[in-house]
Amino acid sequence: MRTGSTGQVLTAPAPSVRLLRGLVTGSPDPTLSEHMNRWGGLPGRRGRGLDVLEELRASGLQGRGGAWFPVSTKWEAVARRSARRPVVVANCAEGEPGSRKDSLLTTCAPHLVLDGLVLAASALGARRAFVYAPASSLPAVLSACDERNAWGLERLPIDVVESPSAFLAGQESAVVNALNGRQPAVPSFTGVVTIRERGVAGRPTLVQNAETLAHVALIGRFGAQWYREVGTEECPGTMLMTVNRAGGAFVVEVGLGDRLLEGCGLDVDEVMSSHGVLLGGYGGGWVTPNDFRELVALEGQVRRVGATLGTGVVAVLPRHVCPLAEMADVVRYMQGEGAGQCGPCVFGLAEIATRLEGLAYHGRGGGHAVQRILEICNTIEGRGACRHPDGVIRFVRSGLGVFGQEAGLHQRHGPCDRVGAARVLPIPTQATIRRVMAHP
Amino acid sequence: MTRRSLRVVVDPTKCEGRGVCAEMLPELITLDGWGFPVLDEGGSVSSEIVEHAVRTVRACPRQALHLVEHSS
Repeated sequence: MRTGSTGQVLTAPAPSVRLLRGLVTGSPDPTLSEHMNRWGGLPGRRGRGLDVLEELRASGLQGRGGAWFPVSTKWEAVARRSARRPVVVANCAEGEPGSRKDSLLTTCAPHLVLDGLVLAASALGARRAFVYAPASSLPAVLSACDERNAWGLERLPIDVVESPSAFLAGQESAVVNALNGRQPAVPSFTGVVTIRERGVAGRPTLVQNAETLAHVALIGRFGAQWYREVGTEECPGTMLMTVNRAGGAFVVEVGLGDRLLEGCGLDVDEVMSSHGVLLGGYGGGWVTPNDFRELVALEGQVRRVGATLGTGVVAVLPRHVCPLAEMADVVRYMQGEGAGQCGPCVFGLAEIATRLEGLAYHGRGGGHAVQRILEICNTIEGRGACRHPDGVIRFVRSGLGVFGQEAGLHQRHGPCDRVGAARVLPIPTQATIRRVMAHP
Repeated sequence: MTRRSLRVVVDPTKCEGRGVCAEMLPELITLDGWGFPVLDEGGSVSSEIVEHAVRTVRACPRQALHLVEHSS
Protein backbone atom coordinates (compact mmCIF):
# COMPACT_ATOMS: atom_id res chain seq x y z
CA MET A 1 0.00 0.00 0.00
CA ARG A 2 1.18 3.46 -0.77
CA THR A 3 -0.11 6.96 -0.21
CA GLY A 4 -0.45 9.04 -3.31
CA SER A 5 0.62 12.67 -3.47
CA THR A 6 -2.99 13.82 -3.34
CA GLY A 7 -3.42 12.11 0.00
CA GLN A 8 -5.60 9.19 -1.06
CA VAL A 9 -4.58 5.69 -0.07
CA LEU A 10 -4.11 3.38 -3.02
CA THR A 11 -4.81 -0.29 -2.45
CA ALA A 12 -2.26 -2.49 -4.12
CA PRO A 13 -3.72 -5.49 -5.99
CA ALA A 14 -3.25 -9.10 -4.93
CA PRO A 15 -0.15 -10.89 -6.25
CA SER A 16 -0.34 -12.33 -9.77
CA VAL A 17 -3.58 -10.60 -10.67
CA ARG A 18 -2.54 -7.10 -11.51
CA LEU A 19 -3.27 -5.96 -15.03
CA LEU A 20 -6.21 -8.32 -15.31
CA ARG A 21 -7.82 -7.15 -12.09
CA GLY A 22 -11.49 -6.53 -12.79
CA LEU A 23 -11.14 -7.88 -16.33
CA VAL A 24 -11.41 -11.59 -15.64
CA THR A 25 -15.10 -12.01 -14.96
CA GLY A 26 -18.27 -10.58 -16.44
CA SER A 27 -18.14 -7.77 -18.96
CA PRO A 28 -15.26 -5.49 -18.00
CA ASP A 29 -16.03 -1.78 -17.60
CA PRO A 30 -13.45 0.34 -19.44
CA THR A 31 -14.66 3.72 -18.17
CA LEU A 32 -12.52 6.27 -16.36
CA SER A 33 -14.74 6.21 -13.28
CA GLU A 34 -14.32 2.44 -12.96
CA HIS A 35 -10.59 2.84 -13.55
CA MET A 36 -10.44 5.40 -10.72
CA ASN A 37 -12.44 3.08 -8.45
CA ARG A 38 -10.13 0.22 -9.22
CA TRP A 39 -6.76 1.96 -9.12
CA GLY A 40 -7.21 5.49 -7.79
CA GLY A 41 -5.75 8.58 -9.46
CA LEU A 42 -2.25 8.78 -10.78
CA PRO A 43 0.13 10.18 -8.16
CA GLY A 44 3.49 11.76 -8.73
CA ARG A 45 2.77 13.88 -11.77
CA ARG A 46 4.35 17.21 -12.60
CA GLY A 47 7.28 16.71 -10.31
CA ARG A 48 5.29 15.80 -7.20
CA GLY A 49 5.34 12.41 -5.55
CA LEU A 50 7.63 9.63 -6.60
CA ASP A 51 10.31 9.82 -9.25
CA VAL A 52 8.95 7.51 -11.95
CA LEU A 53 12.28 6.93 -13.66
CA GLU A 54 13.94 6.06 -10.34
CA GLU A 55 11.10 3.66 -9.48
CA LEU A 56 11.30 2.09 -12.92
CA ARG A 57 15.02 1.52 -12.53
CA ALA A 58 14.46 -0.09 -9.14
CA SER A 59 11.51 -2.15 -10.41
CA GLY A 60 13.59 -3.93 -13.05
CA LEU A 61 10.65 -3.85 -15.48
CA GLN A 62 11.45 -5.34 -18.88
CA GLY A 63 9.57 -4.55 -22.09
CA ARG A 64 6.67 -6.84 -22.95
CA GLY A 65 6.68 -6.13 -26.68
CA GLY A 66 8.82 -9.21 -27.21
CA ALA A 67 12.41 -8.12 -26.64
CA TRP A 68 12.43 -8.07 -22.80
CA PHE A 69 14.68 -5.01 -22.88
CA PRO A 70 15.09 -3.11 -19.58
CA VAL A 71 12.55 -0.28 -19.72
CA SER A 72 14.55 2.22 -17.66
CA THR A 73 17.58 1.79 -19.96
CA LYS A 74 15.39 2.64 -22.93
CA TRP A 75 13.90 5.69 -21.20
CA GLU A 76 17.35 6.91 -20.17
CA ALA A 77 18.60 6.55 -23.74
CA VAL A 78 15.76 8.78 -24.94
CA ALA A 79 16.22 11.23 -22.06
CA ARG A 80 19.93 11.63 -22.90
CA ARG A 81 19.01 13.18 -26.25
CA SER A 82 17.05 15.85 -24.45
CA ALA A 83 18.30 18.68 -26.67
CA ARG A 84 14.92 18.30 -28.37
CA ARG A 85 11.72 17.36 -26.60
CA PRO A 86 11.07 13.67 -27.18
CA VAL A 87 7.91 11.98 -28.43
CA VAL A 88 6.32 9.04 -26.62
CA VAL A 89 4.25 6.34 -28.31
CA ALA A 90 1.95 3.66 -26.88
CA ASN A 91 2.35 0.74 -29.26
CA CYS A 92 -0.87 -1.28 -29.29
CA ALA A 93 -0.35 -2.73 -32.78
CA GLU A 94 0.07 -6.40 -31.78
CA GLY A 95 0.79 -7.86 -35.22
CA GLU A 96 1.42 -11.33 -33.80
CA PRO A 97 -1.52 -13.51 -34.97
CA GLY A 98 -1.66 -15.59 -31.78
CA SER A 99 -1.56 -12.63 -29.39
CA ARG A 100 -4.63 -10.98 -27.82
CA LYS A 101 -3.22 -9.44 -24.66
CA ASP A 102 -2.53 -5.92 -25.94
CA SER A 103 -5.94 -5.61 -27.60
CA LEU A 104 -7.53 -6.90 -24.38
CA LEU A 105 -5.76 -4.20 -22.37
CA THR A 106 -6.36 -1.48 -24.93
CA THR A 107 -10.08 -2.15 -25.20
CA CYS A 108 -10.89 -3.23 -21.61
CA ALA A 109 -8.42 -1.13 -19.59
CA PRO A 110 -7.41 1.73 -21.91
CA HIS A 111 -6.76 4.11 -19.01
CA LEU A 112 -4.05 1.87 -17.64
CA VAL A 113 -2.20 2.14 -20.95
CA LEU A 114 -2.83 5.88 -21.14
CA ASP A 115 -1.61 6.38 -17.55
CA GLY A 116 1.64 4.67 -18.48
CA LEU A 117 1.96 6.86 -21.56
CA VAL A 118 1.35 10.01 -19.51
CA LEU A 119 3.96 8.94 -16.95
CA ALA A 120 6.47 8.32 -19.74
CA ALA A 121 5.77 11.75 -21.21
CA SER A 122 6.19 13.51 -17.88
CA ALA A 123 9.36 11.59 -16.98
CA LEU A 124 10.95 12.38 -20.34
CA GLY A 125 9.59 15.90 -20.76
CA ALA A 126 7.63 14.96 -23.87
CA ARG A 127 4.87 17.26 -25.02
CA ARG A 128 3.58 15.00 -27.77
CA ALA A 129 2.19 11.55 -27.30
CA PHE A 130 0.67 9.01 -29.66
CA VAL A 131 -1.45 5.94 -29.29
CA TYR A 132 -0.85 3.62 -32.24
CA ALA A 133 -3.59 1.01 -32.31
CA PRO A 134 -5.44 -1.27 -34.71
CA ALA A 135 -8.88 -0.31 -36.06
CA SER A 136 -10.61 -2.73 -33.66
CA SER A 137 -9.16 -0.91 -30.62
CA LEU A 138 -9.65 2.67 -31.84
CA PRO A 139 -13.19 3.26 -30.47
CA ALA A 140 -12.07 2.28 -26.95
CA VAL A 141 -8.94 4.47 -27.11
CA LEU A 142 -10.79 7.46 -28.54
CA SER A 143 -13.55 7.37 -25.94
CA ALA A 144 -10.95 6.96 -23.17
CA CYS A 145 -9.14 10.07 -24.44
CA ASP A 146 -12.46 11.96 -24.58
CA GLU A 147 -13.24 10.97 -20.99
CA ARG A 148 -9.86 12.21 -19.79
CA ASN A 149 -10.39 15.52 -21.56
CA ALA A 150 -13.89 15.83 -20.12
CA TRP A 151 -12.50 15.20 -16.63
CA GLY A 152 -9.85 17.86 -17.26
CA LEU A 153 -7.21 15.25 -16.53
CA GLU A 154 -4.92 15.75 -19.48
CA ARG A 155 -2.67 18.59 -20.47
CA LEU A 156 -0.73 16.31 -22.76
CA PRO A 157 -2.16 16.20 -26.27
CA ILE A 158 -2.58 12.57 -27.29
CA ASP A 159 -2.92 11.74 -30.98
CA VAL A 160 -4.53 8.43 -31.87
CA VAL A 161 -3.27 6.82 -35.08
CA GLU A 162 -4.52 3.61 -36.69
CA SER A 163 -1.97 0.85 -37.14
CA PRO A 164 -2.20 -1.32 -40.27
CA SER A 165 -3.00 -4.99 -39.72
CA ALA A 166 0.40 -6.32 -40.75
CA PHE A 167 2.77 -8.50 -38.77
CA LEU A 168 5.53 -5.88 -38.87
CA ALA A 169 3.27 -2.87 -38.18
CA GLY A 170 4.33 -2.88 -34.53
CA GLN A 171 8.09 -3.11 -35.13
CA GLU A 172 9.37 0.08 -33.54
CA SER A 173 10.95 1.72 -36.56
CA ALA A 174 7.86 0.78 -38.59
CA VAL A 175 5.78 2.53 -35.94
CA VAL A 176 7.91 5.65 -36.35
CA ASN A 177 7.57 5.47 -40.13
CA ALA A 178 3.79 5.11 -39.83
CA LEU A 179 3.58 8.15 -37.53
CA ASN A 180 5.75 10.10 -39.94
CA GLY A 181 3.26 9.31 -42.69
CA ARG A 182 5.50 6.98 -44.64
CA GLN A 183 3.60 4.36 -46.63
CA PRO A 184 3.78 1.42 -46.35
CA ALA A 185 4.81 1.43 -42.68
CA VAL A 186 7.80 -0.91 -42.81
CA PRO A 187 10.90 -1.05 -40.60
CA SER A 188 13.96 1.10 -41.28
CA PHE A 189 17.63 0.32 -41.00
CA THR A 190 18.57 1.62 -37.54
CA GLY A 191 22.18 0.43 -37.48
CA VAL A 192 23.58 3.95 -37.74
CA VAL A 193 20.89 6.25 -36.31
CA THR A 194 18.35 4.81 -33.87
CA ILE A 195 14.80 6.02 -33.31
CA ARG A 196 15.84 6.93 -29.77
CA GLU A 197 18.00 9.58 -31.42
CA ARG A 198 15.79 10.49 -34.37
CA GLY A 199 12.26 9.17 -34.62
CA VAL A 200 8.85 10.81 -34.97
CA ALA A 201 9.25 14.28 -36.58
CA GLY A 202 13.00 13.80 -36.20
CA ARG A 203 12.72 13.85 -32.42
CA PRO A 204 14.06 11.31 -29.91
CA THR A 205 11.28 8.75 -29.66
CA LEU A 206 10.15 6.22 -27.10
CA VAL A 207 7.98 3.45 -28.52
CA GLN A 208 6.64 1.29 -25.72
CA ASN A 209 4.32 -1.69 -25.86
CA ALA A 210 0.81 -1.34 -24.38
CA GLU A 211 1.29 -3.98 -21.68
CA THR A 212 4.61 -2.44 -20.65
CA LEU A 213 2.90 0.93 -20.19
CA ALA A 214 0.17 -0.70 -18.11
CA HIS A 215 2.88 -2.08 -15.80
CA VAL A 216 4.41 1.42 -15.67
CA ALA A 217 1.02 2.79 -14.60
CA LEU A 218 1.00 0.42 -11.61
CA ILE A 219 4.65 1.01 -10.73
CA GLY A 220 3.86 4.74 -10.84
CA ARG A 221 1.15 4.16 -8.24
CA PHE A 222 2.53 1.48 -5.96
CA GLY A 223 6.28 1.71 -6.50
CA ALA A 224 9.14 -0.64 -7.29
CA GLN A 225 9.02 -2.53 -4.02
CA TRP A 226 5.40 -3.53 -4.60
CA TYR A 227 6.19 -4.49 -8.19
CA ARG A 228 8.91 -6.85 -6.98
CA GLU A 229 6.57 -8.72 -4.63
CA VAL A 230 5.91 -11.09 -7.55
CA GLY A 231 8.58 -12.64 -9.76
CA THR A 232 12.28 -13.18 -9.25
CA GLU A 233 15.17 -10.84 -8.49
CA GLU A 234 16.25 -10.84 -12.14
CA CYS A 235 12.76 -10.98 -13.69
CA PRO A 236 10.25 -9.28 -11.43
CA GLY A 237 6.52 -8.83 -11.87
CA THR A 238 3.88 -10.54 -13.96
CA MET A 239 3.29 -11.00 -17.67
CA LEU A 240 0.25 -11.45 -19.84
CA MET A 241 0.16 -14.52 -22.02
CA THR A 242 -2.22 -15.55 -24.79
CA VAL A 243 -2.83 -19.28 -24.72
CA ASN A 244 -3.88 -20.81 -28.06
CA ARG A 245 -5.29 -24.30 -28.17
CA ALA A 246 -7.50 -26.24 -30.53
CA GLY A 247 -10.61 -24.84 -28.80
CA GLY A 248 -9.67 -21.13 -28.98
CA ALA A 249 -7.51 -18.53 -27.25
CA PHE A 250 -7.54 -16.88 -23.82
CA VAL A 251 -5.37 -14.38 -21.93
CA VAL A 252 -3.82 -15.14 -18.54
CA GLU A 253 -1.55 -13.22 -16.18
CA VAL A 254 1.42 -15.24 -14.99
CA GLY A 255 3.86 -14.40 -12.21
CA LEU A 256 7.39 -14.43 -13.61
CA GLY A 257 9.23 -17.47 -12.32
CA ASP A 258 6.00 -19.47 -12.02
CA ARG A 259 5.66 -22.74 -13.91
CA LEU A 260 4.11 -22.13 -17.32
CA LEU A 261 2.00 -25.27 -17.26
CA GLU A 262 -0.10 -24.15 -14.28
CA GLY A 263 0.25 -20.43 -15.05
CA CYS A 264 -1.28 -20.92 -18.48
CA GLY A 265 -4.07 -23.09 -17.10
CA LEU A 266 -3.05 -26.02 -19.28
CA ASP A 267 -3.79 -29.64 -18.61
CA VAL A 268 -0.70 -31.82 -18.23
CA ASP A 269 -2.22 -34.61 -20.36
CA GLU A 270 -3.06 -32.17 -23.13
CA VAL A 271 0.55 -30.98 -23.17
CA MET A 272 2.14 -34.40 -22.85
CA SER A 273 0.06 -35.83 -25.69
CA SER A 274 0.95 -32.91 -28.00
CA HIS A 275 3.69 -32.63 -30.65
CA GLY A 276 5.15 -29.69 -28.76
CA VAL A 277 4.42 -26.19 -27.53
CA LEU A 278 5.17 -22.94 -29.33
CA LEU A 279 6.37 -20.11 -27.10
CA GLY A 280 6.74 -16.50 -28.18
CA GLY A 281 4.68 -16.64 -31.36
CA TYR A 282 5.81 -16.92 -34.97
CA GLY A 283 9.16 -15.37 -34.13
CA GLY A 284 9.44 -17.62 -31.10
CA GLY A 285 10.43 -21.24 -30.67
CA TRP A 286 9.11 -24.76 -30.17
CA VAL A 287 9.74 -26.73 -27.01
CA THR A 288 9.10 -30.41 -26.37
CA PRO A 289 6.20 -31.42 -24.10
CA ASN A 290 8.76 -32.65 -21.56
CA ASP A 291 10.66 -29.37 -21.54
CA PHE A 292 7.46 -27.34 -21.36
CA ARG A 293 6.18 -29.30 -18.36
CA GLU A 294 9.09 -28.10 -16.25
CA LEU A 295 9.58 -24.67 -17.81
CA VAL A 296 9.06 -21.48 -15.79
CA ALA A 297 8.15 -18.01 -17.02
CA LEU A 298 11.65 -16.59 -17.15
CA GLU A 299 13.07 -15.30 -20.41
CA GLY A 300 16.58 -16.58 -19.65
CA GLN A 301 15.39 -20.13 -19.05
CA VAL A 302 13.07 -20.16 -22.04
CA ARG A 303 15.96 -18.96 -24.23
CA ARG A 304 18.07 -21.83 -23.01
CA VAL A 305 15.64 -24.31 -24.56
CA GLY A 306 15.67 -22.44 -27.88
CA ALA A 307 12.49 -20.37 -27.51
CA THR A 308 11.50 -16.99 -26.09
CA LEU A 309 8.63 -15.70 -23.98
CA GLY A 310 8.47 -12.96 -26.61
CA THR A 311 5.04 -11.38 -26.62
CA GLY A 312 3.66 -14.15 -24.40
CA VAL A 313 2.06 -16.32 -27.06
CA VAL A 314 1.63 -20.01 -26.17
CA ALA A 315 0.29 -22.57 -28.63
CA VAL A 316 -0.12 -26.30 -27.98
CA LEU A 317 0.11 -28.38 -31.16
CA PRO A 318 -2.15 -31.43 -30.83
CA ARG A 319 -1.23 -34.86 -32.23
CA HIS A 320 -3.92 -34.93 -34.89
CA VAL A 321 -2.21 -32.25 -37.03
CA CYS A 322 0.95 -32.40 -39.17
CA PRO A 323 3.65 -30.26 -37.55
CA LEU A 324 5.48 -29.80 -40.86
CA ALA A 325 2.35 -28.49 -42.57
CA GLU A 326 1.69 -26.12 -39.66
CA MET A 327 5.27 -24.86 -39.86
CA ALA A 328 5.22 -24.51 -43.64
CA ASP A 329 2.04 -22.41 -43.52
CA VAL A 330 3.42 -20.15 -40.79
CA VAL A 331 6.73 -19.61 -42.60
CA ARG A 332 4.91 -18.87 -45.87
CA TYR A 333 2.77 -16.35 -43.98
CA MET A 334 5.83 -14.78 -42.33
CA GLN A 335 7.60 -14.60 -45.68
CA GLY A 336 4.60 -12.75 -47.08
CA GLU A 337 4.56 -10.43 -44.08
CA GLY A 338 8.18 -9.42 -44.59
CA ALA A 339 8.73 -5.84 -45.66
CA GLY A 340 10.38 -6.99 -48.87
CA GLN A 341 13.33 -4.67 -48.30
CA CYS A 342 16.29 -6.87 -47.38
CA GLY A 343 17.66 -9.44 -49.82
CA PRO A 344 18.65 -12.18 -47.36
CA CYS A 345 15.16 -12.11 -45.77
CA VAL A 346 13.30 -11.90 -49.10
CA PHE A 347 15.12 -14.80 -50.75
CA GLY A 348 15.98 -16.80 -47.63
CA LEU A 349 12.46 -16.97 -46.19
CA ALA A 350 11.01 -17.77 -49.62
CA GLU A 351 13.34 -20.72 -50.02
CA ILE A 352 12.73 -22.00 -46.49
CA ALA A 353 8.97 -21.79 -47.05
CA THR A 354 9.22 -23.63 -50.37
CA ARG A 355 11.40 -26.39 -48.90
CA LEU A 356 9.06 -26.83 -45.91
CA GLU A 357 6.05 -27.00 -48.25
CA GLY A 358 7.94 -29.59 -50.26
CA LEU A 359 8.38 -31.70 -47.14
CA ALA A 360 4.85 -31.23 -45.83
CA TYR A 361 2.79 -31.39 -49.01
CA HIS A 362 4.63 -32.68 -52.03
CA GLY A 363 7.12 -35.31 -50.93
CA ARG A 364 9.69 -33.17 -52.67
CA GLY A 365 12.09 -32.74 -49.83
CA GLY A 366 14.81 -34.79 -51.42
CA GLY A 367 17.30 -36.40 -49.12
CA HIS A 368 18.70 -33.20 -47.73
CA ALA A 369 15.83 -30.69 -47.40
CA VAL A 370 16.26 -30.33 -43.64
CA GLN A 371 19.99 -29.78 -44.00
CA ARG A 372 19.45 -27.15 -46.70
CA ILE A 373 16.84 -25.32 -44.57
CA LEU A 374 19.28 -25.18 -41.65
CA GLU A 375 22.02 -23.88 -43.98
CA ILE A 376 19.76 -21.04 -45.14
CA CYS A 377 18.99 -20.23 -41.51
CA ASN A 378 22.72 -19.88 -40.81
CA THR A 379 23.23 -17.78 -43.94
CA ILE A 380 20.56 -15.15 -43.30
CA GLU A 381 20.70 -14.81 -39.52
CA GLY A 382 21.23 -11.24 -38.33
CA ARG A 383 21.23 -9.81 -41.85
CA GLY A 384 17.88 -8.04 -41.95
CA ALA A 385 17.24 -4.41 -41.01
CA CYS A 386 14.86 -5.77 -38.38
CA ARG A 387 14.63 -9.06 -36.49
CA HIS A 388 11.94 -10.55 -38.72
CA PRO A 389 14.20 -13.16 -40.36
CA ASP A 390 15.84 -13.99 -37.01
CA GLY A 391 12.45 -14.73 -35.48
CA VAL A 392 11.50 -17.04 -38.33
CA ILE A 393 14.87 -18.76 -38.01
CA ARG A 394 14.24 -19.47 -34.33
CA PHE A 395 10.79 -20.83 -35.21
CA VAL A 396 12.23 -23.09 -37.92
CA ARG A 397 15.36 -24.32 -36.14
CA SER A 398 13.52 -25.17 -32.95
CA GLY A 399 10.69 -26.78 -34.93
CA LEU A 400 13.06 -28.99 -36.88
CA GLY A 401 14.61 -29.94 -33.54
CA VAL A 402 11.37 -30.73 -31.72
CA PHE A 403 9.75 -32.37 -34.77
CA GLY A 404 13.03 -33.89 -35.97
CA GLN A 405 11.67 -37.40 -36.18
CA GLU A 406 8.60 -36.22 -38.10
CA ALA A 407 10.81 -34.20 -40.46
CA GLY A 408 12.97 -37.27 -41.11
CA LEU A 409 9.91 -39.40 -41.89
CA HIS A 410 8.54 -36.75 -44.27
CA GLN A 411 11.92 -36.50 -45.95
CA ARG A 412 11.96 -40.25 -46.59
CA HIS A 413 8.29 -41.08 -47.17
CA GLY A 414 6.56 -37.87 -48.25
CA PRO A 415 3.42 -36.25 -46.78
CA CYS A 416 1.64 -37.88 -43.86
CA ASP A 417 -2.07 -38.63 -43.59
CA ARG A 418 -2.66 -35.71 -41.18
CA VAL A 419 -1.76 -33.14 -43.80
CA GLY A 420 -5.43 -32.34 -44.42
CA ALA A 421 -6.30 -31.70 -40.76
CA ALA A 422 -7.66 -28.24 -39.95
CA ARG A 423 -4.86 -25.81 -39.00
CA VAL A 424 -4.37 -25.02 -35.34
CA LEU A 425 -1.96 -22.09 -35.70
CA PRO A 426 -3.92 -19.04 -36.86
CA ILE A 427 -2.96 -17.59 -40.26
CA PRO A 428 -4.60 -14.25 -41.00
CA THR A 429 -5.51 -13.68 -44.63
CA GLN A 430 -4.38 -10.27 -45.63
CA ALA A 431 -2.77 -8.42 -48.46
CA THR A 432 0.06 -6.23 -47.30
CA ILE A 433 1.68 -3.67 -49.54
CA ARG A 434 5.39 -4.00 -49.87
CA ARG A 435 8.23 -3.28 -52.16
CA VAL A 436 8.87 -5.95 -54.72
CA MET A 437 12.48 -6.93 -54.98
CA ALA A 438 13.82 -8.40 -58.20
CA HIS A 439 16.57 -10.94 -58.12
CA PRO A 440 19.86 -9.12 -58.79
CA MET B 1 40.58 1.20 -21.51
CA THR B 2 38.37 1.52 -24.55
CA ARG B 3 39.80 1.08 -27.99
CA ARG B 4 38.10 2.76 -30.89
CA SER B 5 37.78 0.77 -34.06
CA LEU B 6 36.00 0.96 -37.37
CA ARG B 7 33.30 -1.31 -38.64
CA VAL B 8 31.58 -1.61 -42.00
CA VAL B 9 27.81 -2.00 -41.78
CA VAL B 10 25.37 -2.72 -44.60
CA ASP B 11 21.98 -1.08 -44.78
CA PRO B 12 20.13 -4.15 -46.08
CA THR B 13 17.11 -2.04 -47.07
CA LYS B 14 19.27 -0.19 -49.62
CA CYS B 15 21.47 -3.08 -50.78
CA GLU B 16 20.42 -4.69 -54.04
CA GLY B 17 23.30 -7.11 -54.30
CA ARG B 18 25.30 -5.37 -57.02
CA GLY B 19 28.43 -6.99 -55.60
CA VAL B 20 30.86 -4.08 -56.01
CA CYS B 21 31.84 -4.27 -52.35
CA ALA B 22 32.89 -7.92 -52.52
CA GLU B 23 35.10 -7.17 -55.49
CA MET B 24 36.74 -4.18 -53.84
CA LEU B 25 37.08 -5.56 -50.33
CA PRO B 26 37.36 -9.36 -50.53
CA GLU B 27 39.32 -9.35 -47.24
CA LEU B 28 36.10 -8.50 -45.44
CA ILE B 29 33.14 -9.07 -47.74
CA THR B 30 31.92 -12.17 -49.58
CA LEU B 31 28.61 -12.76 -51.33
CA ASP B 32 25.91 -15.24 -50.36
CA GLY B 33 24.16 -17.51 -52.86
CA TRP B 34 21.77 -14.69 -53.87
CA GLY B 35 24.57 -12.14 -54.34
CA PHE B 36 24.14 -10.18 -51.11
CA PRO B 37 27.17 -9.22 -49.00
CA VAL B 38 28.23 -11.21 -45.95
CA LEU B 39 30.63 -9.40 -43.62
CA ASP B 40 33.36 -11.37 -41.88
CA GLU B 41 34.10 -10.72 -38.21
CA GLY B 42 31.08 -8.46 -37.81
CA GLY B 43 32.54 -6.03 -40.35
CA SER B 44 35.50 -5.06 -38.17
CA VAL B 45 38.05 -3.16 -40.23
CA SER B 46 41.70 -3.89 -39.38
CA SER B 47 44.15 -0.99 -39.65
CA GLU B 48 45.77 -2.39 -42.83
CA ILE B 49 42.57 -2.17 -44.86
CA VAL B 50 41.09 1.11 -43.61
CA GLU B 51 41.79 2.94 -46.86
CA HIS B 52 40.28 0.13 -48.95
CA ALA B 53 37.24 0.14 -46.69
CA VAL B 54 36.74 3.88 -47.10
CA ARG B 55 36.99 3.57 -50.89
CA THR B 56 34.57 0.64 -50.93
CA VAL B 57 31.99 2.46 -48.83
CA ARG B 58 32.17 5.42 -51.24
CA ALA B 59 31.93 3.18 -54.29
CA CYS B 60 28.69 1.40 -53.37
CA PRO B 61 26.24 2.32 -56.15
CA ARG B 62 23.33 2.08 -53.70
CA GLN B 63 25.11 3.96 -50.87
CA ALA B 64 24.21 1.01 -48.70
CA LEU B 65 27.53 0.82 -46.86
CA HIS B 66 28.46 2.80 -43.77
CA LEU B 67 31.66 3.07 -41.82
CA VAL B 68 30.89 3.40 -38.13
CA GLU B 69 33.17 3.94 -35.19
CA HIS B 70 32.60 1.77 -32.19
CA SER B 71 34.44 1.48 -28.93
CA SER B 72 35.27 -1.94 -27.59
